[in-house]
Amino acid sequence: MSITTLADKINDANAKGRTALIPFLPGGYPTKEVFWKEILELDANGADIIEIGMPFSDPVADGPVVEAASMKCLDAGVNLKWIIEGLAEVRPQINAGIVLMGYYNPVLQYGLEKFAKDANAAGVNGLIIADLPFEEGVDFRDLLAENEVALVPLVGLNTEPERMKLYANGGNGFCYFVSVLGTTGDRDSLPEEIKVGLKHAKEIFDIPVALGFGLKHPSQLEQLEGLVDAAVFGSALIRHIDEGKSSAEFMKVWT
Amino acid sequence: MKRGYYGDFGGQFVPELLMPPLLELEEAMGKILKSAEFQQEYTSLLKNFVGRPTALTHCQNLSRELGFNLWLKREDLAHTGAHKINNTVGQALLTKMMGKPKMLAETGAGQHGVATATAAALLDLECDIYMGATDVKRQSHNVRRMELFGAKCIPVHSGTQTLKDAINAALRQWIANQRTTHYCFGTAAGPHPFPLLVREFQSIIGREAKQQFKERTGEMPYMVVACVGGGSNAIGMFHEFVNEKSVKIVGVEAAGTGKPGCTNSAPINLGTPGVLHGMNTLLLQTDDGQILPSHSIAAGLDYPGVGPEHVHLHDTGRAEFGMVNDSQAINAFQMLCQKEGILPALESSHALAWAIENKDIIPKDANVIVNLSGRGDKDMDILDDYLAQHGK
Repeated sequence: MSITTLADKINDANAKGRTALIPFLPGGYPTKEVFWKEILELDANGADIIEIGMPFSDPVADGPVVEAASMKCLDAGVNLKWIIEGLAEVRPQINAGIVLMGYYNPVLQYGLEKFAKDANAAGVNGLIIADLPFEEGVDFRDLLAENEVALVPLVGLNTEPERMKLYANGGNGFCYFVSVLGTTGDRDSLPEEIKVGLKHAKEIFDIPVALGFGLKHPSQLEQLEGLVDAAVFGSALIRHIDEGKSSAEFMKVWT
Repeated sequence: MKRGYYGDFGGQFVPELLMPPLLELEEAMGKILKSAEFQQEYTSLLKNFVGRPTALTHCQNLSRELGFNLWLKREDLAHTGAHKINNTVGQALLTKMMGKPKMLAETGAGQHGVATATAAALLDLECDIYMGATDVKRQSHNVRRMELFGAKCIPVHSGTQTLKDAINAALRQWIANQRTTHYCFGTAAGPHPFPLLVREFQSIIGREAKQQFKERTGEMPYMVVACVGGGSNAIGMFHEFVNEKSVKIVGVEAAGTGKPGCTNSAPINLGTPGVLHGMNTLLLQTDDGQILPSHSIAAGLDYPGVGPEHVHLHDTGRAEFGMVNDSQAINAFQMLCQKEGILPALESSHALAWAIENKDIIPKDANVIVNLSGRGDKDMDILDDYLAQHGK
């Protein structure tokens, strides 16, 4: 594994003429028993990178679907230790890159150094912390990089080029572009101004650009041809699983 | 000190999508708050709408009984019945001058919600108040007041359905509506610059108290005491005295029932460092970093975190932070009613109770100013329930 694994995965997909696919599931969803099976199924059915959510009691960047799913996992006793230890076991069977996504406090309580080391040892390639803007995260980014884990920058429609440059300078993994001014959860349409923001991100970042928040169908990406290297989808997948359908079936629409 | 930090505490732990409005707010504070136009208008509103200065009352009867001189800074006499209005009138005026037509706010018991709705009505701003669904049920009277002022009160059904979840919901809405909306944060907590902004508007409490006390006695008080939930009335009282080294500063946290291991609202005494609602502070949390529910009989103290500046005052030893349990607060509440004819809020009763419980360590005839942050009309039902449950 290396710090460029995530960018490599996305570049490989793009080289084959397709947008890289990044499904998201909260750790332990829908149950602790079947969670790792779902992850293996996503991997076997076209996921280039898989995002595993680290559930938090106060998920301020998430919409109702992801929040409810995370609470269910917390109630079932999921914690970071469970996710990291479980991942270490199944990691050799997974081709996709692995990203952990969550909030700062659980990681802080786990211990930043211990987290960086354990995550790397378990085969984590990147980390997304929804409430860690550049100013607060720059030291942790360096610590993670020393351990071959990328701290994935999050930017959005209201991120001016000047702030994008802060993240781009030394940024690794991929740039996660948030498609709406809001929380996670799928929307029927994406805002018009998204093209301007994506163009800035493509120019400023050396790493690939992934679009997330609000995606529910591949047709949403058609108008963004050439501006998006990867697509992240969470709420739509959770809803699909809640309906009792398989991850494999969900991935078919996207591959 | 790092920008937005109080020692190791504070900061801006928010999604990147909230950085632009926080930076915009900080810039607006720099430009607008010092302007003559703002100062003139704000001073006039405090005097003619809020009813400032509030009185400083010397409690003659209780002083005789306690052996020291008890003074109360009477924020209960401010419009809407608590100190919250100092902050909301300031933030509403700032919102107006920033050219935004709308405010949103969180509220726990509803005091900040009512104060925000009041200021919004006065200054013709739209207003949405997020309130935990449990609190909406417990405090229907305050919901009615907000609605009378034309605000929309939106119940929050996620998480523990209380104040912390209302803050999460308000932050989410602010992400989505930042271009037209100001988030009128209710306490001296949250991401920078909110702790600073709220202190700016609440520090009138300590400034007035210091001046009034000097006019009456020619001296400095021995001690100032205030209750601490998020900590806005407390920082409002303390700020003016932090550099007066002779003045002792005491913050009082809510211990819940006071039984070992009970659900409480005392993160400075019983919590551990962590990050919530945009700040690095002390929190009630599990070893895994999940936030624990809090509890106090005083709804306004019921919060699992605390403003970062209080943690710093604690760390540096400049302030002491004590704890008072539900029963001690109820006792102080009744005592003030009976001896002085003043009905205090249960929150403020915690500050008063600390002074009563610690009368033996306060020197004879020392002057102690307790911040009476609000009035207790809102707490009558809670008092009746408590007395019924405890067979009194």
